[in-house]
Amino acid sequence: MTYDAIVIGGGHNGLVCAAYLAKAGRRILVLEAADQLGGAARTGEIAPGFRVSTCAHLLHLLHPKVTADLALGSHGLSYSAADMPTVALAEDGRPLVLPSDPVAAGEAIRPHSAADATAYPKLRERLQRFAETLQPFLGKTPPRLAGGDGSDRLSLLKLGWATRRLGREDMREFLRVVAMNVADLLEDELESELLRGALAFDAVLGTHLGPRSPNSVLTLLYRLAGEVGGKRGALAHPRGGMGAVTAALAGAAKAAGAEIRTGAAVARIQVENDRATGVELANGETVAARCIVSNADPRRTFLDLLGAAHLDAGFVRRVGNIRMRGDAAKLNLALDGLPSFKGLNESELGGRLLIAPSIGYVERAFDHAKYGEYSEAPAIEITLPSVHDASLAPEGKHVLSAVIQYAPYRLREGWDAAREAFAERAIRTIAAHAPDLPDRIVARELLTPLDLERDFNMTGGHWHHGELAIDQMLMLRPVPGAAQYAAPLPGLYLCGAGTHPGGGVMGAAGMNAAQQVIAREAAA
Amino acid sequence: MTTLAAANSQVIPTPFHARTAALCKSNAWSRWAGYATVDIYDNVELEYFAIRNAATLFDVSPMIKYRITGPDAEPYLNRLVTRDLRKLTPGRVRYVAWCNDAGHVMDDGTLFRFGESDFRLCSQEHHLCWLSDSAVGFDVAIADETEEVAGLALQGPTSCAVLKRLGIDGIADLKPFQMIAQPFEDGELVVSRTGFTGDLGYELWIDPALAVDLWDRLMEAGRLHGLRPIGSQALNLARIEAGFVQTNNDFMAAEQAVRPTRGRSPFEIGLGWLVDFDKGHFTGRRALLKEKAQGSRTCLVGLDIEGNKPAKDALVYHGRRKEVGHVTSAMWSPTCKRNIALASLRRPYGTEIADGLSVEIYVLKELKWDKVKARCRVVERPFFNPPRRWATPPSDY
Repeated sequence: MTYDAIVIGGGHNGLVCAAYLAKAGRRILVLEAADQLGGAARTGEIAPGFRVSTCAHLLHLLHPKVTADLALGSHGLSYSAADMPTVALAEDGRPLVLPSDPVAAGEAIRPHSAADATAYPKLRERLQRFAETLQPFLGKTPPRLAGGDGSDRLSLLKLGWATRRLGREDMREFLRVVAMNVADLLEDELESELLRGALAFDAVLGTHLGPRSPNSVLTLLYRLAGEVGGKRGALAHPRGGMGAVTAALAGAAKAAGAEIRTGAAVARIQVENDRATGVELANGETVAARCIVSNADPRRTFLDLLGAAHLDAGFVRRVGNIRMRGDAAKLNLALDGLPSFKGLNESELGGRLLIAPSIGYVERAFDHAKYGEYSEAPAIEITLPSVHDASLAPEGKHVLSAVIQYAPYRLREGWDAAREAFAERAIRTIAAHAPDLPDRIVARELLTPLDLERDFNMTGGHWHHGELAIDQMLMLRPVPGAAQYAAPLPGLYLCGAGTHPGGGVMGAAGMNAAQQVIAREAAA
Repeated sequence: MTTLAAANSQVIPTPFHARTAALCKSNAWSRWAGYATVDIYDNVELEYFAIRNAATLFDVSPMIKYRITGPDAEPYLNRLVTRDLRKLTPGRVRYVAWCNDAGHVMDDGTLFRFGESDFRLCSQEHHLCWLSDSAVGFDVAIADETEEVAGLALQGPTSCAVLKRLGIDGIADLKPFQMIAQPFEDGELVVSRTGFTGDLGYELWIDPALAVDLWDRLMEAGRLHGLRPIGSQALNLARIEAGFVQTNNDFMAAEQAVRPTRGRSPFEIGLGWLVDFDKGHFTGRRALLKEKAQGSRTCLVGLDIEGNKPAKDALVYHGRRKEVGHVTSAMWSPTCKRNIALASLRRPYGTEIADGLSVEIYVLKELKWDKVKARCRVVERPFFNPPRRWATPPSDY
């Protein structure tokens, strides 16, 4: 008896997809190339006793339906911090601590700017409303524009209606800002540099955009559309790091009957009579299945695993043109004690710390990336998860996890030559706010986009498997002709971050893909 | 040869320009792929009748030529075009068409196989972009050699006799769609039994430096065989009689069409016989399979029209009022003594419904347009298909 489906890649979306398919009674095999499941959602040990989320380190988008349907709570998922505040670090030692609740945030802003104390909650509330028009589409297959059927037209109609339902004023405002750059919007609405910088950073995190790049409002709305524990735009840290999410998903998939193999790298998707019929592993072993679902990024799936010969030339061109060059690096540190950040107490260190003191700072950081250089003064997102999750470090010791932006995949001088200097610069940038940090470091792990590509099989080292931008969203993600999760080759599906609605530990792509597979493929 | 280039740098002279320009008494030129091409040397009718009764030279140097080499050349081309090339042996030529993802024809052309992994693709339009995009995942090299190869079409009943006199060994035994090569001065002359006239004929391929010498030797060899040069207008008449479609005349090249409904599949332009679904994947295959299952929108048919007025640009009707298509090419055929046309019709007209068709012909009579309704019927193509086109060895006439 063959499998109903093979899922290539045990990243979080692959596991979500496998769990849904197994729950629907399908016989599923997950093949993960690495020895550990999770892809970019894993917890690694960087020194004895020091554990930290290797890549992704915060949850702000995990789809609530995934959490509920797969009963992730009963499979061990819990949060060591939910609703984490954002802390905008300031050069003058007067950081801004922003709770996720807009009204409370307004009060926190008052010492920095009385005007923003009123303006921010309003802006935030308005953006949240806009984000909510997008939110329902995260859990849906994007509609086809041409040659679609009734459900495609219904989806399009709903998107139009959701926009119209905002009311005349809001709809106008939505259409005005949706393709704008976030710097213009923030400069119109707010006066505090620190606050503007923090919001600008959120808009461009994980993208190859600067705050002055067009469409950076849309990426901010996308981020706000996420939901954790019913709270839109909230941030959470899973107890045990991001690997805990993977463990819960793997538990759910196994409980539903899915088989999971690690250390099983797929070398090739097999095709017979114009249909995907199985996979060949790197060790030569072949496994047959009635259909193949790939959690790998679209370029790797189509060009490396399947091969252009099985696809039309125009489609191959579109796949080759997907913008997917990563622009962020990950720095993980093991610390022999809690560093002291200027102006912050210990509990505030449990929040999300940002080094993005102004729009100009972030934009200047981006300027370097445009010319193949890493930022002189990078924008950084820092978490110290051991502050609220004691399981991650030995007693009294801590781990620090930081996303360093920008770090272009195609670095002119080459990453192998630049990595030491890059890490030093990042540490020095953080040390400007926490002077005792360098002396507390006992171990260090740096993942450049090149490392992400090599170690996690993500083409271009892009953790969204392709830029999230207006021309690569919805029915354009990853490319027209594969945006409904089904590849042009019958029997092949995509379920990774390269498909709608994209990356971030969200699971929606895996969930949506599973629904397509169930609808299109009969069970054995 | 450089005079025209100097006078108007936007038009490129072909390697035969020194000879063609001297003979072009009408001075009627047009642009073909950037090159200056003779429309009419002196008289279209005389040129046309030479194709059917003697021998003619037509300068095909502007034809776009791509050299495709490398270990994956055969699988690459098999994925590009709709026909199965696995049985195309070196020394042979095949007529091919290729499609975009939607299964719409981008162009047609001739594919020459020189060796196991050495091909030349000749086409009407430029396709380097598409050919390069198609090369992703294949170990091939693609080079535009349009400027490195001069071409002459030698067509007509006495063309074989001309080549015999020129001293081409084994020309009499050359079958349609075969080619041979032999030394010519210090270069090499390739002769293929191919052409666009639907008659006995050959195409000659040579280094541009030797082009004028070849022209002179051919004209000398053809003196007693009625050989004369012809322009594109006479050639066009012959190709309509032969029933050949021409890209951007009888159908829009798929990637050039702006309107989404203008693309045409091979089934819609009479090239369904070029589609081989059993050879593995090729670009457009899935779309064409779907079309085969769901039905095509249009068809290309040959029409035999009442009267003698060429039905150029005419609309085609069913019954009194129902417009069902349009004429793409039309002429009065002197050889067939029939008023013929190629027309694109909306199915089922032209397929299931072939009776009751008529065309509305527009005629300019001393500054006034008149319209004439003429009945027509769907007929087999080619309109003209003489046995000498296929005979091996051909007669000398």
